[in-house]
Amino acid sequence: MAELLNIEGTPKTPVIKFDPITGKLDLKGRSIPENSIEFYKPLIDSLELFSTAPTKEMSVNIHLEYFNTSSSKCILDVFKKLEYIHKGGNSSVLINWHYEQDDEDMLEAGEDYQAIIAVPFKMVEVEE
Amino acid sequence: MLDLYDFYNKMERNKIMLSFKGDVTSELLTSILQIMEAKLENLQEEAKVKKKVYNVLVECLQNLYHHMDEMSANTDIVADDIDPKVTRSAIFMIGKQGEHYTIITGNYIFNKNVAGFKAKLDKINLMDKQQLKEFYKEVLAEGGFSEKGGGGLGMIDIARKSGHKLDYLFDPIDDTYSFFNLTIRINQ
Repeated sequence: MAELLNIEGTPKTPVIKFDPITGKLDLKGRSIPENSIEFYKPLIDSLELFSTAPTKEMSVNIHLEYFNTSSSKCILDVFKKLEYIHKGGNSSVLINWHYEQDDEDMLEAGEDYQAIIAVPFKMVEVEE
Repeated sequence: MLDLYDFYNKMERNKIMLSFKGDVTSELLTSILQIMEAKLENLQEEAKVKKKVYNVLVECLQNLYHHMDEMSANTDIVADDIDPKVTRSAIFMIGKQGEHYTIITGNYIFNKNVAGFKAKLDKINLMDKQQLKEFYKEVLAEGGFSEKGGGGLGMIDIARKSGHKLDYLFDPIDDTYSFFNLTIRINQ
């Protein structure tokens, strides 16, 4: 059984909250660490475990202010895990991609992922 | 003695806000990014401009950081030949001329890697906005990353977000090294 994940944010890394009981995953803040693979490993491992017995629904909230290209690959790995869970048929996953008003780069980044990953995305505009 | 005033004037003429020469560590980048964020805040830039400059800056500086690591870890060259002053040292400057921000970076590169790297930069420079978007997605989806998670996407992202061509130069130093100059202009 996957355990509750509660990672506090730093100037270079986002808050990560994952509750395997409710199936809610939140990623908030900035993600610009030099070593992203190391930072995202606990979440990837947790999702791997969760995928064996997922909740019926999974709500994912991505609300990033900045992310570097090194994180972008790790975020894709997270989404690939979600895609695997969604495709399994026992869980319905929704990714809410938040972007701040006027932040076209962040909206575009969300659309790039949407084009690669077979999971429903919802683009959510938020006020600055 | 170093002509400090000449040094000062050159930086003043080029409207340099911040410059650094030395070893690029993770702690250094944290501090530099905090300083630059405060400066952008003080200049009261629009949120959009602030984000763009910050984003491109992160990529440029982390490129340097990962490059330093690769240089030190190079195993093709006999350990005695690797000069830590060369492999761990870089320079960068951040300036603002008129409405444009400029990020300039310089670092040593092995001569044997120049041709391959140049081909990659030229390929990126031939692409328009839409082609860069497609190329970014392609490289992202394919993976093809180094273990450190750098490489691959950095330059594509810089070209995509800055809205300008990657202005570069390889300055030959000796039989082993060249000095790589990169100047990035950021559109507001």
